[in-house]
Amino acid sequence: MSKKTLMTGNEAIAEAAVQAGCRYFFGYPITPQSEIPEYLSKRFPEVGGCFLQAESEIASIYMVFGAAGAGARVMTSSSSPGISLMQEGISYIAAAELPCVIVNMMRGGPGLGGIQPSQSDYFQATKGGGHGDYHVLVLAPSTVQEAADLMMEAFDLADKYRNPVMILGDGLLGQMIEPVEFRRRPSAARPAREWTITGAKGRSQNVVKSLYLKPDVLEQHNLDLNRKYQKMIKNERRVEAHLTEDAQIVIVAFGMAARIAKTAIKILREKGIKVGLVRPITLFPFPYQTLEKVAEKVDKLLVVEMNLGQMIEDVKLGVCGKAEVHFYGRVGGIVPSYDEIVAEVEKIVRKRR
Amino acid sequence: MKKIFERPKSMYAVSTHYCPGCGHGIVHRLIAETIDELGILEKTVGVAPVGCSVLLYNYINCDMYEAAHGRAPAIATGCKRVHPELVVFTYQGDGDLASIGTAEIIHTAARGENITTVFINNAIYGMTGGQMAPTTLIGQKTTTSPFGRSSKEAGYPLKMSEILATLNGAAYITRVAVNNPKNVIQAKKAIKKAFETQIKGLGFSLVEVLSQCPTAWRMSPREAVKWVDEEMIPYYPLGEFKSPKEEG
Repeated sequence: MSKKTLMTGNEAIAEAAVQAGCRYFFGYPITPQSEIPEYLSKRFPEVGGCFLQAESEIASIYMVFGAAGAGARVMTSSSSPGISLMQEGISYIAAAELPCVIVNMMRGGPGLGGIQPSQSDYFQATKGGGHGDYHVLVLAPSTVQEAADLMMEAFDLADKYRNPVMILGDGLLGQMIEPVEFRRRPSAARPAREWTITGAKGRSQNVVKSLYLKPDVLEQHNLDLNRKYQKMIKNERRVEAHLTEDAQIVIVAFGMAARIAKTAIKILREKGIKVGLVRPITLFPFPYQTLEKVAEKVDKLLVVEMNLGQMIEDVKLGVCGKAEVHFYGRVGGIVPSYDEIVAEVEKIVRKRR
Repeated sequence: MKKIFERPKSMYAVSTHYCPGCGHGIVHRLIAETIDELGILEKTVGVAPVGCSVLLYNYINCDMYEAAHGRAPAIATGCKRVHPELVVFTYQGDGDLASIGTAEIIHTAARGENITTVFINNAIYGMTGGQMAPTTLIGQKTTTSPFGRSSKEAGYPLKMSEILATLNGAAYITRVAVNNPKNVIQAKKAIKKAFETQIKGLGFSLVEVLSQCPTAWRMSPREAVKWVDEEMIPYYPLGEFKSPKEEG
């Protein structure tokens, strides 16, 4: 499949997983991402993959634990309430250093919330989510094409760091249809996995575990994990800077919100207001340095999120008081329109005059 | 001199951390003997639970996972789906299997997942200091049922073997005890049959082992083995609840 086809974000993510060599999926249905398990339940039999609908998100994530420990390329997908249920298992997977990919097509919360798109799981995704000191690598696509590209790469990153990688999308990305091309990548060999559970044949026992009862040993385990997170921070920060060179004000947004912001920026520039965009693609690691540099050139930033202000905390850490940081957000499954963003920018710019 | 009794090859030459009179060490040994006799050490995978036996991998030397509380059957499922050729077993206590992990064990059995579960029922939470378990008997005193378990407040103890035997996916379900030599011999036969059920690909197998926990029961080991006979077995009868058809 090298030519462009029309697909929903959910279908594209599922197909990208297949093309990246993922052959195991364990999950539980939840709106607005059920098209991912539906697609894979049809597609996996064609390629010899294993699709299993688990009894819960809790069981799903531990099936992922089992399969990842056994050396497989494995994934699960869910949406906000289901991802909350998986947090215990994600903590165990991070602690045991198992590679896997978790897709969260966010919907509005808290609680059962709603089924419309949202970005309100930013804190949960980027700050750990479960118990203990750990991080998952978080990738935030803003188009169906980017979702497919990042999904393919997510499996390599998971292997590279022996760590869970989360694709953080939302219901809008999952449901919308766009042209997508599955770009054939050089088939990178997976790194050696001598630690996996395969039966102790010709070698001593392998154990996949997370219990370290001695405090000094557990401290060392935490320090080792942290060294890995520092490596991610050094090597994996990704960000799109769009029209920031001549900007007088810069919008910071990720995923769908960034995409809407681009339309707003076009309109604002036609009106003579020079607006730029910083779009973090990796949410962990967060591109603090880019924000720091931007804050040296502009004195006002507007953070736009589909939540009540989560990523803004990281933006402020990056900006470090060097510029004003404004916020505009919609919640409950309401997607901000470009008109609202245009009006918000105009309000901020007017205030300056 | 001819050796007539030795440590199974599948066990490390170490002492266990278990209390005097505890049943875990016996059951570990029965599993290790089974692995040795079937010659499957190189293809056996264990899943250790949360509880006193979390360190199972320090005693049995096959490849092993350490599960979160209750989730061993899901982990075993993930492993077995990737490596159907391996022999995968979970080792779970009553809090693990009959309380926090009830959904996982029921659905793993319902799917007929071709794995084996060794279920240690000692009617108490041993590791955390003797709290009430889902299998604690009516009237039994624990640190969280200090006046004895009352059915009015805490309901009734779960008979997991009887429940699981109703499921089509379950191939072999049996309950044994390890409180005297006769029962230990019977338990060994059951564990071996459960592993063989898996090797033949017949579906889910589970051996429930009534096991003594003298420390948390606040008894001497001698009183504890007697308590299994007098209190546990009358409520949890021993025997096969389901057996593979081809075995008759």
